[in-house]
Amino acid sequence: MDFIKIIENTISAFFGIDAAYFALAAIGLNIQFGYTGLLNFGQSAFMACGAYGLGMTSQYFGVGMWWGILIGLALVVILGLLVGIPTLRLRADYLAIVTIATAEIVRLVVRSVRFKEYFGGSDGINSFSTSFRNLSPFDPGAQYGVRPFQYSGYSLWTMIVGWSLVIIFSSLVYLLMKSPWGRVVKAIREDEDAVRSLGKNVYSYKMQSLIIGGVVGMFSGMIFALDRGSVQPDNYSRDVTFYVLTALVLGGVAKVSGSVVGPMIFWGLYVFSDNFLRELTKDRPFEIFGFGIIQKAQVGPVNYMLIGLGLMLLMTFRPQGIFGSKEEMALDGR
Amino acid sequence: MDAERTYTELAQRARAALASVNASPGVAKPDPILLAENVRRNFGGVTAVDVQHLEVQRGSITALIGPNGAGKTTLFNLLTGFDTPDSGEWMFDSKNLKKVVAHKTASLGMVRTFQLTKSLTKLSVLENMKLGATHQVGEKWWNGLLPFRYRKQEAIIERRADELLKRFKLDHMRDQYAGTLSGGQRKLLEMARALMTHPRLVMLDEPMAGVNPALKQSLNEHIRGLRDDGMTVLFVEHDMDMVHDISDWVVVMAEGRIIAEGTPDQISSNPAVIEAYLGSHQGKSLLEEESA
Repeated sequence: MDFIKIIENTISAFFGIDAAYFALAAIGLNIQFGYTGLLNFGQSAFMACGAYGLGMTSQYFGVGMWWGILIGLALVVILGLLVGIPTLRLRADYLAIVTIATAEIVRLVVRSVRFKEYFGGSDGINSFSTSFRNLSPFDPGAQYGVRPFQYSGYSLWTMIVGWSLVIIFSSLVYLLMKSPWGRVVKAIREDEDAVRSLGKNVYSYKMQSLIIGGVVGMFSGMIFALDRGSVQPDNYSRDVTFYVLTALVLGGVAKVSGSVVGPMIFWGLYVFSDNFLRELTKDRPFEIFGFGIIQKAQVGPVNYMLIGLGLMLLMTFRPQGIFGSKEEMALDGR
Repeated sequence: MDAERTYTELAQRARAALASVNASPGVAKPDPILLAENVRRNFGGVTAVDVQHLEVQRGSITALIGPNGAGKTTLFNLLTGFDTPDSGEWMFDSKNLKKVVAHKTASLGMVRTFQLTKSLTKLSVLENMKLGATHQVGEKWWNGLLPFRYRKQEAIIERRADELLKRFKLDHMRDQYAGTLSGGQRKLLEMARALMTHPRLVMLDEPMAGVNPALKQSLNEHIRGLRDDGMTVLFVEHDMDMVHDISDWVVVMAEGRIIAEGTPDQISSNPAVIEAYLGSHQGKSLLEEESA
C-alpha cells in the first residue's frame, strides 16, 4: 500500500479546487442557514445559476464571459424572489420543501431535451472559459509547485481565483455579521416575532439573506464550471447541496471559520478514505479471514456510506462542529 | 397603599384627568393616545374580540384584566398589527393603524412585549438591547459592510443600552448570553429592550407571569418609572394586587367584550367584574388563575 501517495493526495485535497468551491457554497449557505435560520436545501440551484449564467453568455448571447457574472446575478435574484416571496412569510419548513423542489426543477429543466438548444441538455455547455483561460499568467501545460502541491498551470489559476474569492467573501461575511445587519438576522434565527415587535421588517431581511447567500453560492458554481471547463446539469443535483451542508455542519454552523475549514476537512477526509479504499482493493478484494469485506467496484458507494456514518457520529458527539460554540448550543431549547 | 405613595407631577396629572371620567365601559377620556372602535376578530365561529370602543388615556398606567380566554392578548395582537381584525378601526396618536404592518408600529412609538418572554438567547444581553434601537444605519446590508458608516451611531446606541441596563439592574450581565438569564431577568431585559425603541406607548403582556415576589416589587417600580418618564403603559395582568397597586385605570374584558372600566377601587367593587370572574364560570376560571 502506497501511504505516501494517500497522504499526498489528502493534503492536496485540503487546498484543492473542490474544497474552494465547496467553501464558497458553504459561506453562502452559512449566511442563510447558519445565521438567519433559513433552511435552504436548494443551494445547488443558486450554483447552477452561476454556472449557466456563465456558460450561456458566451454560447448564445455572443458577448464576453464577464457579462456572465451579471447574468448569473440576475438569475440568482430572480430565483431568490421566486422562491422567497411565497415561502418566507411561512414557517421555516416550507422554505426547505420549496427550495429542494426548486433545485430539482432547475436541474431537470436545464437537462431536458426540450431546451437542449439553450442549455445543452445532459451534455451541458463546454465552450465558454477561453477568456478566463487567457487571463491566466501561468503556462497551462506546465506543472507548478512541488509535491504534494503540484498543479497544472490552469488548475493553479482557478485555485488562486477560487481561494481569493473564498477569502474575499469570508471577510465580507465576517464584517456583515459583526454589523447591526448581522445582529438583526441572528435575532430572526431565534425569534421572528420579537424582531418584528422591535420594528424590523423581518420578511425583507430574510429575503436579503437568501439572495446574498445565493450570490455567494453563484460564485461557487462559476468557479466549479471554470475549473471543469464545462457546465453539466448533474453537477448541480441534491447531493451537492447536502454535501455542502455536511461540510458546513462539520466546520461549525454560524462561524466564518467553520464554513471555510469544514469543506477543506470534508474533502480531505473524502479523498483520504477514497484513496485508502482504492489502495486496499487495488490488487485483490479485501478480506478478513476469508470473508469478503470490499472489492474495487464498491469503493465509491462504501465511501459515501462512510461519509454518512461520519456525519451521524459528528451529530451525536460534536453537534456544534469543529469551530461551533458548545455554550451556544447548550442554550437551545431553554 | 395609595395614601402612602407620592406621585410625580405627570402621574398626578394622569390621575386627575381620569378622576373626572365616568366609570362605564367604552367611556371617552380627555386625551386618548390609543383609540379602538368596533374592533372585532372571529376565530371560526368564536368571537375572540368584540370591542365597541376603547380609549387609553395618555400618560396613564392602564391595566387590562379579565378571566382566561377573555381576548386580552388577542386584542394586543390586533392593536399592534400581529393579527388582523375582521372589522374595526384603531388609532395611535390620531394615526389610523388599520393598514400599518406590525414592524411599523414600533417606529411610530408603540412597542409591545410578549406573554412568553422572547429574549434572544444566543445574543448577548447588550446585543439584545442594541437590537431594539430603531433607524440604525448599519441595518442596511451595504452599510453593514462599511463599519465606519455605523460606528458612531453604534456608540450612541451602546451608551443608551448601558444606561437602561443599569436602570434595570442588568448591567452585571451585560456580556453574558441572554439565555443564561433567569426568567425574571428575561422579563426585565424584554422591557428594557422595548424601551430602546423610544416608545410613547408601552404594551406589556403579563409582565409579572412567572416572576418571584421580590422581583415583582422592582418590576412594579420600573413600570411606574415608565409613566414618570412620560410614557403611557397598557398592560395585561392577572395579579390583582399588582393591578390595584400600580394602575391608574382598569379595563375589564370578558368573552371578548369590555364589561367594565374604572379606577382600581371602583373595579374591585364592581358587580359585573365579580360576576365575570366568579358568576358565569362558577369559580372555575378563578381556580385556573390560581394554579396558573
